[in-house]
Amino acid sequence: MLTFIGKRLFQSLFVLFGLSLLIFFIARVMPGDPARAALGFLATEEQVESMREEMHLNDPFHVQYYFWLRNLVRGDLGRSSYTHRPVTTDLIQYIPATFELILFATLISAIVGQVTGVLAGYFRNSWFDGLSRLVSYLGIATPSFVVAIFLLFIFSQVLKLAPGVGRLPIMMTPPRTITGFMIVDSLLAGQPDLALTALKHLILPAISLAVIHIAQEGRITRTSIVENMQKDYITIHKVHGIRTSRIMFKYLLKPSIIPTVTVMGLDFAFLMSNAFLVEIVYMWPGFSRYAVTAMLNKDLNAIVAVVLVIGLTFALVNLLVDIIIMGLDPTVRLRRGGG
Amino acid sequence: MRLEQQRSDWMATLALRRRRLSRGWYKFSRNSLSVIGLVVLGLIVLAAILAPYITPYPKHAKAYTNFRDAGKSPSLEHFFGTDRVGRDIFSRVIFGYRFSLMIGIVVLSLGVAPGVILGLIAGYHQGTWIESVIMRITDVFLAVPPLVLALAITAMLTPNLTNQMMAIALVWWPWYSRLVFALASSLRSKYFVREAELTGTSKVHIMFKEILPNCLAPVMTKMTLDMGIVILLGATLSFIGLGIQPPKPGLGTMVAEGAKRLPGEWWGTIFPALAIVVVILAFNLVGDGLRDVFSVEEV
Repeated sequence: MLTFIGKRLFQSLFVLFGLSLLIFFIARVMPGDPARAALGFLATEEQVESMREEMHLNDPFHVQYYFWLRNLVRGDLGRSSYTHRPVTTDLIQYIPATFELILFATLISAIVGQVTGVLAGYFRNSWFDGLSRLVSYLGIATPSFVVAIFLLFIFSQVLKLAPGVGRLPIMMTPPRTITGFMIVDSLLAGQPDLALTALKHLILPAISLAVIHIAQEGRITRTSIVENMQKDYITIHKVHGIRTSRIMFKYLLKPSIIPTVTVMGLDFAFLMSNAFLVEIVYMWPGFSRYAVTAMLNKDLNAIVAVVLVIGLTFALVNLLVDIIIMGLDPTVRLRRGGG
Repeated sequence: MRLEQQRSDWMATLALRRRRLSRGWYKFSRNSLSVIGLVVLGLIVLAAILAPYITPYPKHAKAYTNFRDAGKSPSLEHFFGTDRVGRDIFSRVIFGYRFSLMIGIVVLSLGVAPGVILGLIAGYHQGTWIESVIMRITDVFLAVPPLVLALAITAMLTPNLTNQMMAIALVWWPWYSRLVFALASSLRSKYFVREAELTGTSKVHIMFKEILPNCLAPVMTKMTLDMGIVILLGATLSFIGLGIQPPKPGLGTMVAEGAKRLPGEWWGTIFPALAIVVVILAFNLVGDGLRDVFSVEEV
């Protein structure tokens, strides 16, 4: 098991190294002057020249990459040309909001997806199964910015059931930042009403992010349920008169968790990219919105950092998924390196 | 005599081909949703090609202002209403389909060929350093979600239609190299490949004439399914502002522009958004149908 994890870690490191090379290469070969971009149009030619020296732009590519990598190891990702702050500071400020959103969306999609999947599989070819199939078809074909706009329009603007955009209303003072998670911070500051408002603001964006994944996870769970329904042990349980709900959620759900967790790794990639869109629509002050702002303003250091952070997260999540699966599935555990 | 022989051979081939085609169509048409998807797709393609002739206001597809008709709700005159400068949204949506289809076609024609060739080479040389190099490079490109990498690349170049298509193509080939790699590496141990090797056939011939034809059905199916995803990605890039730039009528661009005027002028964003969903759905349904025809299990 440990050898397997070590091997995977090494692979991930290698891939991340390649990714950094790729993205750094694109950032450097594209036309335009990063030094000029960092200083703005008002800087004099001498200032730009000294900045070029400082950023090692006059050196060959591999030397530039070496210096960049050395700074990266020290936790220095350069300065953002848009916010004029170190990129690392920006990241630390913005990541918790996105983490909060993604965590909530994952929870919603895991729970709702499993339940719909089990029901659709158990009552195969019923109206509920048909409905869930339709929703999953639509879910795959609908960009998440469309989902986000539709939900915002219907539930916030027309029905007025949910608050509008942002993490808190503009009039409210956010709690002092301790963890960066708005709800936790409000509770720590002893303001439960503020936490409730923050939670209300979180619900709609989180659902927008979750909808597509609910559809997909539901389908996967359904397939596995349908497969297992025909097995003898379920028939035996039925014959013994065990309650339907118990069969559904205890004996059928358990084996179907493994395929769901397997796709969750890949799904996480889509969750991260969809967060870009949901955050724009809901003006969510998170990492993804920071990324989009950086991209729209050609903020090279920030763009490179954003891509690397996402690559790193993706690699870690996939490693985690592999470990969880090894824990859940004894056959995988045995196959992959002798327990 | 020989001529007659040739003729009857030819007839037999033709009959076989026709039989295959009709069997394929039978399998495809068993799924009524796929047929609906095909019809909708046909209509969209036709409308997109004929856009300058069939749309009520072809001029509105470009920079055009007519403030007298600005922000009008849907009516018989303007099926989908008008936007904030008085342009007919229905006409712009049809023109928007042109860009969407173009993105899908260009990206796949740029991305599929290199992906397939690299996958083929890696699959045939499985277990050698050639495979490791190609597949590790593939892994690097798959290390971040395609949307994020495409966004980053377009942002670092200049955001416009050409760069958008290049960026998506650049993140799209690895999926094909991975698919073809899996297929090719399982095919290379088959008897027909072994036999070709024993008779001294060249590697190029084995890869492209023996293995490649057997990979085509899954590749084609994946291409149809990917058309939808690529169009979705293109619309997403445009929505963020890193794709088709206004005044060009990109569907994503229109949704973003219209969203600023919610909830009052809802038609400016809801109709283009639905248009995106419809075209992607149509491609997915047709792709599912093709999957049944080729009986491809996993793409």
